[in-house]
Amino acid sequence: MKSLGSIRRSFAPWSDPNSIPYISIRNVTKKFGDFVAVDNLSLDIYNREFFALLGASGCGKSTLLRMLAGFEQPTSGEIVLDGQNMAGTPPYRRPVNMMFQSYALFPHMTVEKNIAFGLKQDGMPANEIAERVKQMLKLVKLEKFAARKPNQLSGGQRQRVALARAVAKRPKVLLLDEPLGALDKKLREETQFELMDLQQELGLTFVIVTHDQEEAMTMADRIAVMNAGKVIQVATPPEIYEAPNSRFVADFIGDVNIFDGKVTAVTGEFVDIEAEGGVKLRMVSSEPPAVGQNAAAVIRPEKIRVTGEKPAGRANALEGEIWDIGYLGDMTVFRVKLDGGKIVKASSLNAVRAAEDPLTYDQKVWVSFDENAGVVLKD
Amino acid sequence: MMGAIGTFFRKRIVIMVPYAWLTVFFLIPFFIVLRISLSTSEIAMPPYSPVFSMADGWAGWMEKFNLLSFDNFVWLTGDPLYFEAYFSSVKIALISTLLTLLVAYPIAYGMAKAPGTVRPTLLMLVILPFWTSFLIRVYAWIAILKPEGLLNELLMGIGVIHEPLIILNTTYAVYIGIVYSYLPFMVLPLYSALEKMDGTLIEAAEDLGCTPVGAFWKVTFPLSIPGVIAGCMLVFIPAVGEFVIPDLLGGSETLMIGRTLWNEFNANHDWPVASAVAIVLLAILIIPIVFFQHLQAKSAE
Repeated sequence: MKSLGSIRRSFAPWSDPNSIPYISIRNVTKKFGDFVAVDNLSLDIYNREFFALLGASGCGKSTLLRMLAGFEQPTSGEIVLDGQNMAGTPPYRRPVNMMFQSYALFPHMTVEKNIAFGLKQDGMPANEIAERVKQMLKLVKLEKFAARKPNQLSGGQRQRVALARAVAKRPKVLLLDEPLGALDKKLREETQFELMDLQQELGLTFVIVTHDQEEAMTMADRIAVMNAGKVIQVATPPEIYEAPNSRFVADFIGDVNIFDGKVTAVTGEFVDIEAEGGVKLRMVSSEPPAVGQNAAAVIRPEKIRVTGEKPAGRANALEGEIWDIGYLGDMTVFRVKLDGGKIVKASSLNAVRAAEDPLTYDQKVWVSFDENAGVVLKD
Repeated sequence: MMGAIGTFFRKRIVIMVPYAWLTVFFLIPFFIVLRISLSTSEIAMPPYSPVFSMADGWAGWMEKFNLLSFDNFVWLTGDPLYFEAYFSSVKIALISTLLTLLVAYPIAYGMAKAPGTVRPTLLMLVILPFWTSFLIRVYAWIAILKPEGLLNELLMGIGVIHEPLIILNTTYAVYIGIVYSYLPFMVLPLYSALEKMDGTLIEAAEDLGCTPVGAFWKVTFPLSIPGVIAGCMLVFIPAVGEFVIPDLLGGSETLMIGRTLWNEFNANHDWPVASAVAIVLLAILIIPIVFFQHLQAKSAE
C-alpha cells in the first residue's frame, strides 16, 4: 500500500503539457428548454485519475455526468473519450459504466445475476462470467450474499453490489453519481477509503459527482468546483483549499474569513489592503492588484491565532473581543468581534489537554496571521 | 382492563366485517346452489326436491338429506355438450385474455411513460366507458360489426374489401367483444405495476450494454409480471362465465358455458343441473385463483 501511496503522490498528468487527456469535454452546452444546465464547459480528465465534480444541487454536475454516460446528448460541443468522439453513441455502446445514486439494482435478480448482467450483454462465455462474478464478489467482500436479492441486503451491502456491477465490465471510465449519499456518516468515511483503494487496484479512471466537499477533498486527485453550469476552478484539493481562485470557491469549500477592501499600496509582492471597519492588512500575492483597486483578503480560520497578548513578529494583528467559543473536542472555534465590528472566525487545535491560559468570553484578545496565511482576490 | 377488552373487540370487528360479507354474499349462496345441485328436478315450485322445511324436524331432515345425490354431476359427464362448452369457454377466455394483454400492455406502458400532468386524464379515458351501460356498449358493437355495419361500410368505402366481412355471430365477434369490454381491467393493474417502476433501472440496464428493446424484456417486463398476472385473472375469470357477449355477438356458433347454464335454467327449467354446471364452473375457476395466490405468496417471500 505504501508504494501505491508514493505513486499517487507523484501522479500529476495535468501538469505535464505532453500528456494526452483521456476524457476531453470541449465547449459542451446542455439546454433543457430555456434552462442552461451546462454552459460552454471544457474540461480534461486523465487516465487513472480520480476526478470529482463538486457543486451544490442544480449546478449541472449530474447533467455533465449523464452526458458522459450517454443518457443525455450535449446541445453543442463534444465529448472525446480515449480518442473517440462520443457524439451519437448510445449508453449501451460506451466503454463507461455508471454507479447510480439510487444504486438501481435489479430487484428481480440475485446479487450474482446483478453483477453478471453486463457481462452477459457482452456475450462473455458462461465460465468466464462465473469467474469474474466470483472475483467481483470477493473484491467487495460479499461472497456470502451471492444468492440474495437486493431487498435482503443492507444499504452498505447494496452500495457494494452496485459498485461491483459497475466495475465488472472493466469500463474505461467509472462514473459515480453521489455514490455515498445514501450511507450514514461512519460508513461513508470508511467507504471513501475503500473506493480509493479500489480505484488504485483496478487502475480505472473514476469521475465522481458529489455535493459533499469533504468527500471530494478526501478522495479526488483533482476537483472541479461547479456553479450554474460552469466550472469555477479545477485543481488538486490543497490548491482548491489554500488557493481558491474566486470568492465562490473560497466560500464553498470549508470555512473562511473574507476581508473586503481597497488596495492602498503594493510593494513587490506585498499588498496593503484597507478593509471595512478600518482594518489594515498586509498580504502576499503573486499577481498583486493595482493600487486603488477593490480586493479581498481570504484567510482560513485555522491560519488565525487568538492570543491574550499582542503577538510579536506577526504581520497582521487585530484587536477585538471574544464573541463566541465553540468547543468541538479536537479543536476550538472562536468568533472574535474586531474593534471595527467585523466578526472573525479562528480555530485552534486542542493539542494539549489543559491550556495554561484559557481564553474566556468577552476577553480582550488579538487575532493574528502571517502575510502568506491567505490569498488576495481581485474583485 | 376495560380499555384492553374494548380494543380487542374493536380489532375483531374490523376483521369480522369482510368475513361477514363473504359469508352472507358468497358462502351462503354457494351452499344454496350446492344443495340444489344435489337435488332432483321436479315440475313444481320450487322446481326441485327435496325441499327442506323447518316443520320437518330432525328425523325428516335426515331422511331428506339421504335423498341428495351426485346424480346431476354424473349426468354432466354423460353428455359431451357440457364438456365441449367448458372446453370452448376456457379456450375463448384464454385467447381473449392473451389478446387483451397484447392490446393493454402498450396502452398501460404509454400511460406510465406519459408526463405526470396528462396521466390523470389518460386514466379517466380508460375508465370512461364504464359510464355507459355495458349492455348498450355491446349492442353498439352489433351496429359496428354487422354485414351492413360501420366497419364494413368503412372498409368497402375505402376499397379494402368488396364483399362485407362476416364478423357478427362468429367467435371473432366474441373475441372483439371480450377484449373491448375487459380492456380497462387489464390496463389498470398493468399501469399501476409499470407506473411505480424506477426509471433508473432501465438506464442501468442500458448502461450495462442492453439495447432499449433488450432492457424492456430483461427489466421492464419481468418487473411488470405481478400486474400481468392480476390483469389476466381479472379478465380470464369473468370471461370464462361470460353470457351477454357470446349471446349478443356470438350467435349460435359459439358454445360457451354461460349460455349453457342460461339454457338449463330458463329454457329447460332444470335448476339442479344448472346448479351443477355452476358448481363445476366455480371449481374450474378456483384452480387459477389458487395458482395466482401461490405465485403471490412466493414473490412476497
